[in-house]
Amino acid sequence: MTLKLEGVSKVVAGQTHIHPTDMTLEKGTMNVFLGPTLSGKTSLMRLMAGLDVPDTGRIVWNGEDVTGRRVQDRNVAMVYQQFINYPSMTVYDNIASPLRLMGRPASEIDAAVQKSADLMKLTPMLQRKPLELSGGQQQRCALARALVKDAGLVLLDEPLANLDYKLREELRVEIPKIFEESGAIFVYATTEPEEALLLGGNTATLWEGRITQFGLTPDVYRQPVDATTARVFSDPPMNFLSVSKTGDKLLFGDGQTAPAIGKMADLPDGRYSAGFRPNHLEIGQHAADAMRFTATLSVTELTGSETFVHLDHHGERWVGLIHGVHDLTLGADLDVYLDPRHVYIFGEDGALIAPAAYALAA
Amino acid sequence: MAKITLDNLAHSYLPNPTSEDDFALKELNHDWDDGAAYALLGSSGCGKSTLLNIISGLLHPSQGRILFDGQDVTNAPTAQRNIAQVFQFPVVYDTMTVHDNLAFPLRNRGRDEAYVAERVQDVARMIGMEDELRRKARGLTADAKQKISLGRGMVRKDVNALLFDEPLTVIDPHMKWELRTQLKKLHHDFGHTMIYVTHDQTEALTFADKVVVMYDGRVVQIGTPEELFERPEHTFVGYFIGSPGMNVIPAKVEGRQAYVNGSSIDLGQGYRPLDGKVEIGVRPEFARLSASDGLPVNIRRVEDVGRHKIVRADFFGTDINIIAGEGEEIGADMTRVVFDPAHVNVYANDWRVAPEGAHKGPVGEAA
Repeated sequence: MTLKLEGVSKVVAGQTHIHPTDMTLEKGTMNVFLGPTLSGKTSLMRLMAGLDVPDTGRIVWNGEDVTGRRVQDRNVAMVYQQFINYPSMTVYDNIASPLRLMGRPASEIDAAVQKSADLMKLTPMLQRKPLELSGGQQQRCALARALVKDAGLVLLDEPLANLDYKLREELRVEIPKIFEESGAIFVYATTEPEEALLLGGNTATLWEGRITQFGLTPDVYRQPVDATTARVFSDPPMNFLSVSKTGDKLLFGDGQTAPAIGKMADLPDGRYSAGFRPNHLEIGQHAADAMRFTATLSVTELTGSETFVHLDHHGERWVGLIHGVHDLTLGADLDVYLDPRHVYIFGEDGALIAPAAYALAA
Repeated sequence: MAKITLDNLAHSYLPNPTSEDDFALKELNHDWDDGAAYALLGSSGCGKSTLLNIISGLLHPSQGRILFDGQDVTNAPTAQRNIAQVFQFPVVYDTMTVHDNLAFPLRNRGRDEAYVAERVQDVARMIGMEDELRRKARGLTADAKQKISLGRGMVRKDVNALLFDEPLTVIDPHMKWELRTQLKKLHHDFGHTMIYVTHDQTEALTFADKVVVMYDGRVVQIGTPEELFERPEHTFVGYFIGSPGMNVIPAKVEGRQAYVNGSSIDLGQGYRPLDGKVEIGVRPEFARLSASDGLPVNIRRVEDVGRHKIVRADFFGTDINIIAGEGEEIGADMTRVVFDPAHVNVYANDWRVAPEGAHKGPVGEAA
């Protein structure tokens, strides 16, 4: 089973929602669409489902062109952010409804409902109405209905966004396990980098209607192809500072230098952009060859085990995530340290020139 | 700004409540200090919105009083309480410009236009909408509208308190950082009394000086983020704060040792004999894998979540989580787990037990 997008694009009222996109999704994979609101996640899913018809390109399902085919005639299930259940039906009838519409025999329906309910831990609630369930159970009911059809393609559009934090945490752990068993192609849209990482599988990062990168989730996280991808896949956002290369040295601000090694060694002298993640910034304890920068502390936030420091470094805004609880003075200058191994180098056009050394080792 | 006092407060949505179970908000006495930033944290149905609605005057409590700077306002309507509120979903006037939306609370109170213009400029800068002041609110995205709602909540300097009810729900993660930082800065600069209701622990912990954790209509702990992390007074606090939450493991406790399935764990301090359900609590951050020390553990999966790894494991029949470093190798020889004795807490019937000779930490007044 394979879903292929070939040069698929969509323009609505003169605005490009999806630029021409190629993508291949394989059977039994979890594919996360990660990007901010309006980056094209939902638009792309609607094209995959057949809810919208692309302006250019083809959608190919198992080698067959299904571009113009209606959603009803495709083997697709979709779950939305707002959990949609039939309020007057029991949980059992909600889950059974897609199969009844397909006219399947009662014995087959019962077996499928029981299996799907068991997976979603809804067996004790089958005779209840959706509104008698908690938010998490209601969304599990919607998920069970999507799974019961045994659809080849399951599209989940921010399915956990309306749930409580802790419920989300629990379902994020459960969902990949359920998917492993089903063997379908799963597409899961989210705005949250942490969610993509917890779900694992593959991740496509989206920005302004384009897929900027598609690959194994940890690879996209650690080896982003450009600054946009790094920004989308970093929460808090990735920090940047300007750097210039002269001979075999990289000159950072504050008179800090690092040797230009690896790919950087062969590049022409000039200006580049350096990026690093908040959790790689350190105060106090630091590596022996770490670079030292002085920045003004504008805000601190404590999480109980860690401290977020919001810094102003000569007009560049940085965020640091520091281990432990630190009592720091707002408005004061703070020395922060950065290990050159944690620095990504981007060109002026944003393309990645040299990945961080640690990322290649990880 | 004002100190807000809850005196013997409780609320039931039933006309004739008979038992404690009938109360959505169980009896509570508490002072919200003037100028402090609080978060009210809990899952849906815990009573946090009930409490917020009583403070704002949208709901009349079935029992007790509420005072602003010592003055009883229990029967005063919302309009007379002089508070600003921001809700989960944006409340803006679509036909007005962004500027007029922000100016609304000030014009409503007859402030002169020069002052209005100055405040609107300041607030627009805070929410990053200086360039959009002249356009109508209609057609803006949900998060832009919510920024206007936040801005309108902050535009008056003379309010008794600022109340936020899950204000960042519709905001993208990157913008959440911006807005939360702005709120924090605003609090630092102007010292408003702020109460922020959320189910999101990160928002609560990063925003507030003190977090009020609610569970089943009750305040289970009021503390700084550090206190909630290091010394959860109730197993619910341990579970709810932290991601993943605290590991809670059934155990027998004798003096300085806890016993799990006959194997002993050092507690660092001594405990008196305990009755009822006894458990130990260890956060995943204070557990580490080892090849040689500690007790046997079965690793089931390792999840790479970027800045660290979450190890899911079985420990004598209890599911536990262990945090490992981003670059840490987890080899096949890592078959044991070590708990940091300084960070093992002991619980009897879900409440934390102080070690012998120690002072019990600060607890929720309702506890």
